[in-house]
Amino acid sequence: MPPLELLLQQALNGVMLGVMYALIAVGFTLFFGVLDVIHFSHGDIFMLGAFAGLSLLLGLKAAGLVGGLVALPLAFAASIVIVGAIGVAAERACVKPLARSSPLMTLLATLSLGLVLREAVLIFYPRGADPKPFPQLLPQGGVELGGVAIRYENLIILGIGFAAMVAVDLVINRTKMGAAIRAVAQDPEAAQMMGVNLDRTVDATFFLGSGLAAVAGILSGLYYGEIHFIMGITGGVIGFSAAAIGGLGNVYGAIVGGLLFGVLQTTAAALIPRGSEFRDVVAFAVVMLFLIFRPSGILGEKSVERV
Amino acid sequence: MSHLNRREILQGASALGVAIVLAPAGAWAQKKTVKLAFIGPLTGGTASNGLGGRNSFLLAVQERNADPKTKYRYETDVLDDECKPTVAVQAALKATSDPAIVAGVTHYCSVTAIATVDTYHKAGMPAMVWGAVLPEITYSHKHVEITRVNGTMINQNNVAADFAVKTLGFKTFALIHDTTDYGRAHAKWFGEFLEKAGGKILSTQGTAKDQKDYTAELTRAKGDKPEVVWYGGLTPDGVRVKVQMDKLGVRAQFQGTSGIKSDTFNETAAAAAEGTYCFVEGAPTEKLPGGKKFLEAYAKAGFKEPSEAYGPFAYVAANLVIDAIEAVGPDRAKVAERLKRTKNANTIIGPVEFDEHGQNTVPLISKYVSQDGKWVLWEDSEYASGKRTLPGHKFKKM
Repeated sequence: MPPLELLLQQALNGVMLGVMYALIAVGFTLFFGVLDVIHFSHGDIFMLGAFAGLSLLLGLKAAGLVGGLVALPLAFAASIVIVGAIGVAAERACVKPLARSSPLMTLLATLSLGLVLREAVLIFYPRGADPKPFPQLLPQGGVELGGVAIRYENLIILGIGFAAMVAVDLVINRTKMGAAIRAVAQDPEAAQMMGVNLDRTVDATFFLGSGLAAVAGILSGLYYGEIHFIMGITGGVIGFSAAAIGGLGNVYGAIVGGLLFGVLQTTAAALIPRGSEFRDVVAFAVVMLFLIFRPSGILGEKSVERV
Repeated sequence: MSHLNRREILQGASALGVAIVLAPAGAWAQKKTVKLAFIGPLTGGTASNGLGGRNSFLLAVQERNADPKTKYRYETDVLDDECKPTVAVQAALKATSDPAIVAGVTHYCSVTAIATVDTYHKAGMPAMVWGAVLPEITYSHKHVEITRVNGTMINQNNVAADFAVKTLGFKTFALIHDTTDYGRAHAKWFGEFLEKAGGKILSTQGTAKDQKDYTAELTRAKGDKPEVVWYGGLTPDGVRVKVQMDKLGVRAQFQGTSGIKSDTFNETAAAAAEGTYCFVEGAPTEKLPGGKKFLEAYAKAGFKEPSEAYGPFAYVAANLVIDAIEAVGPDRAKVAERLKRTKNANTIIGPVEFDEHGQNTVPLISKYVSQDGKWVLWEDSEYASGKRTLPGHKFKKM
């Protein structure tokens, strides 16, 4: 058994990973809740978020805005808008037209879209095949508390991640649009009869989910210091699995699922002999167990809170 | 004499003149022609290396043909393996089924070299590998036909382990490697040589290729307090391991394999790359013992494409093959025997000597260190001159 400080360090590593997974998972769960679709290109939307953030930061740097305090909030805001809009466009192109066809069609369409997005970055981004360094704009350095290295940037990333989750909670529970999203999730027909504009609500849902993925993308860049065009593949699969563990359609479930997945992966690598080779095996085996024994996830799929 | 008229004298003189003019050509024509095959990737992603190898091979043959002392006149058959195993086997079959071809200088890509080993063996045609680095190409058999002038990842790891332990004085290592054949084989060989050199492996962890997060593995390694974190894998993952190592505060030297020696490593890891070292088979041509002479001759020959890193190896392979044919005659079996027994051959890449597997045991491995965002030969670096201190040595003093 490793010493306590290493266990605590691993727990922190797991939570850092988990926050990013959770932000992606919330998108999956929102789309499923509102439209009953699994949007498989969402992982690549997350990747686009990272590349949009990088391009914006490089643009701001070229314009002379280099300080993290100004550049980062601008990059976050602009990426959310750009990637949110791309998410809405993706929904209009690949999801809505196929609403009445078999769910397999949506699955195939969104999978293909993901491939198109990924290859587009590979081909059109300058030297897209290489990993790209991401500007380190958060304060570097940190403190060691009882042997646990806590970096200031980790705390800020956690802060931004949880703030984004709280913001989603507020949007869903405290705004008119949130009420519409919840209403459509419960019963689209009844919601429409009560005057909810279905198209606009679906657009808002995709904007919200994709915007969160953009936040996750930038956080990933800030945390790891580099981004790569293939980062959306595993990001997407894990985000979806996290949403499934938590209970598809349940926003809080997605957050719990994301954190759990991050901690599971880290724990497997940290505690099991040769565990680093099996971290994904362990994590996905747990997903399978959930699908078999508790298909509705930890917090339950069909609940009153379902969005 | 009285019978000779003017006309006959003229005819005789003309014949004599023609004979004099043609005499050297006649002697040249009397030289028996021997055919040599070159096989490498002439099209596709690795074509630049293949073309550099081909040109170097042709240069060697031209030089030997121009030498009046050679007993035979050498012709060439150049074949493209496209760096694909199936195409390579077809090319090898074409070469081996031509009885005029006595020997081949074959393959740059490991996948093609390993795929064709049996083809050359069954046909009994000597084939000297000039670029592929997979150990199994020579070490999975004892066929007399297969030899290799360039080093393997085994040699690379032997040098890497000795350098880290004996030259730099590091003793404890945490190994992380990707779980592909490349990463696993590197970890296996590095681990073996490390223990022989007196280093200690504290942990070995395999990770998926293209894994994003290494914090769990690095935290685990950090607990063992290694002096060196060694990574066996390719650039994108190598960057992540190094950057995350620094962020987690792992106070150890970072050492990589040939897989991280790319400009992308330095560009992406940026400041974190400084002081990282790695090893590569081969050396910059101008640093080779006969590199300057080779480059001059290559430039004079006017080839369109540069010779690339492995061109000198193809050049040496062609010369060794020709030496063997000159010594024992154009007979496949005899040439193969002779080549396999090559000892202390003086070449432009330094001495060449084959072991019982036909592997050059005096391989050329270069050490590189990342200095100011560039890979610099260790010998030329400020780390070697003592002007700068490796991160691992700084941590040791702390």
